[in-house]
Amino acid sequence: MNWKTFYAMLSRDGHVARRNLVPMLMQNLLQPMLLTFVFGRILTTSGMMQMSYKNVLLPGIIAISMVLSGIQAVAMPLIAEFQFTREIEDRLLAPMETHWLAVEKIVAGMIQALVSGLVVIPCAWLLMGSGINLSFAQPLEFAAICLLVALLSASGGLTLGCSIGQTQIGLMFSMVVAPMMMFGCAYYPWSALASFRILQYAVLINPLVYASEGLRGTLAPQVPHIPLLYIIGALALMDVLLLVVGLKKFVKKAVS
Amino acid sequence: MGIGIRIEELRKVYDTPPPSAARGGGFTFTPMRTAGPKEKKKKFEVVALDSISLEIRAGEIFGLLGPNGAGKSTTIGILTTRTQPTSGRAFIGEFDVWKQQVQAKLLIGVVPQRPNLDFALTAREILLFHGAYFGQSAKERARRADALIEKFKLTDRADHMVRGYSGGMMQRLSIARAMMHDPEVLFLDEPSAGLDPQTRLLLWEVIRDYNRQGKTIVLTTHYMDEADSLCERLAIIDHGKIIAQGTPKELKSSIPGGYLLRLRFDRVPDELLAQLRAVPGVSEVRSTDGTATDVYADRGGTLISGIVSSAQAAGVELRDVHISEPSLETLFLHHTGRSLRD
Repeated sequence: MNWKTFYAMLSRDGHVARRNLVPMLMQNLLQPMLLTFVFGRILTTSGMMQMSYKNVLLPGIIAISMVLSGIQAVAMPLIAEFQFTREIEDRLLAPMETHWLAVEKIVAGMIQALVSGLVVIPCAWLLMGSGINLSFAQPLEFAAICLLVALLSASGGLTLGCSIGQTQIGLMFSMVVAPMMMFGCAYYPWSALASFRILQYAVLINPLVYASEGLRGTLAPQVPHIPLLYIIGALALMDVLLLVVGLKKFVKKAVS
Repeated sequence: MGIGIRIEELRKVYDTPPPSAARGGGFTFTPMRTAGPKEKKKKFEVVALDSISLEIRAGEIFGLLGPNGAGKSTTIGILTTRTQPTSGRAFIGEFDVWKQQVQAKLLIGVVPQRPNLDFALTAREILLFHGAYFGQSAKERARRADALIEKFKLTDRADHMVRGYSGGMMQRLSIARAMMHDPEVLFLDEPSAGLDPQTRLLLWEVIRDYNRQGKTIVLTTHYMDEADSLCERLAIIDHGKIIAQGTPKELKSSIPGGYLLRLRFDRVPDELLAQLRAVPGVSEVRSTDGTATDVYADRGGTLISGIVSSAQAAGVELRDVHISEPSLETLFLHHTGRSLRD
């Protein structure tokens, strides 16, 4: 394994990310901020939602922004670079095994997902105003879940990015990302689906459920949530699955 | 010490469209082939390389000449680790390209058919990061990037994003990038396609110059003159098979009656044509009009004295002689029965 090459590629991605910092922040932050303001401020201040809903919402918003930014950070450049310009070729020709390039993309995506998640916390906190009650009593569990979610989103991005072409990006958003967000237990706890039995079990295939519930379990443990052990297990399982599928697809796509 | 290349019984069958075709990947809404109602669905299959073997010597400029779709790019693809061979082996130096990819990649530089520059970077950054991928120190890559930018006349726009570059500039930058890590073997896939004549000459000079440092150069082309003037040895490839290989001179002289002598007399009596046909080495004589006569023969200038004496014997005056040497075009025509440009 050629770490010099790996590091050079990581610094290339960092360089490009820094150059696109403002549009990237807009892309990753605007949507969660709007959601936070409408659901966390307007609906609660007007009395249509209880104040405690803020505690349900904030971990969900963090989960959404981490998952989305990780997917976008990996999938979008991959889709563009694998198109007819084959921009990725210069890195495929670098002295490193092909799959390590995919690993590098995942590491870059994870960093981006973690940064987005961490940036959202203070921003959303400020936007929601008073009445928010987050706990940082489980730092280790919180860190573990953040890392697992970041890996999940980046390897999900790898799998998606290697599965679809440029013309299908719109379709990906309306058919994969939108339902994932709505049924990802980001705006409500999983237990709220109790009256929709079938749906409650169907959403368990949605990785965002574990991200939302996991962050809720560590940041707002007073809200009902799936036990952390199950969540960590499920996240780890999905990470491995998406990682293996993503790497396979990447290598297949990289070599003709 | 230069690095040679060996290809053994290489075969490549694509079961999906080759990489040059825009691929959607994953799922597609338009099936490649729709089978008839009862007919079993036929698998997409293209034989790009049909068991070719080649040896490229260290330090030579080797050309793969052939029409579009002949298998040139697939050969380059396999030699540069970008395409997995269906069977057979390829070696760069002592390294099996498919099994020892990293070692092979360290030895090669690749200029692709279509520029695949990193659009998120400026020209200088492309070179600097390329150097970094190959483990060069910051100082070394800055020095090399400056030298290459200068050499390829990109100084004015070195710090611009390459998105706005013209085709020729992108091509120059692609070559600069391929040379950035000073590879022992340089592959150029149709390097002069779409270049203006001036840039083309610059490119040839750059290639010769790099070759003088003992580097091996492999290029593909469908231009005869490029193959002829640049390459020390050639393989002519068509339908995934090598149909001839050797130096341009050897290849051309391998065609029977490859020389063409265009003669002009004051008049052409039948007697003269009979005399010319009898000259040793002449394979065919055609009189196109009353004065011009084409003589196909296996040699050129040495036939002149025979022609002159035939003319004197027939009592006609020889007014003009033009000798065409055998060309690769005639060679290709000879082997495949069709023109290279078809």
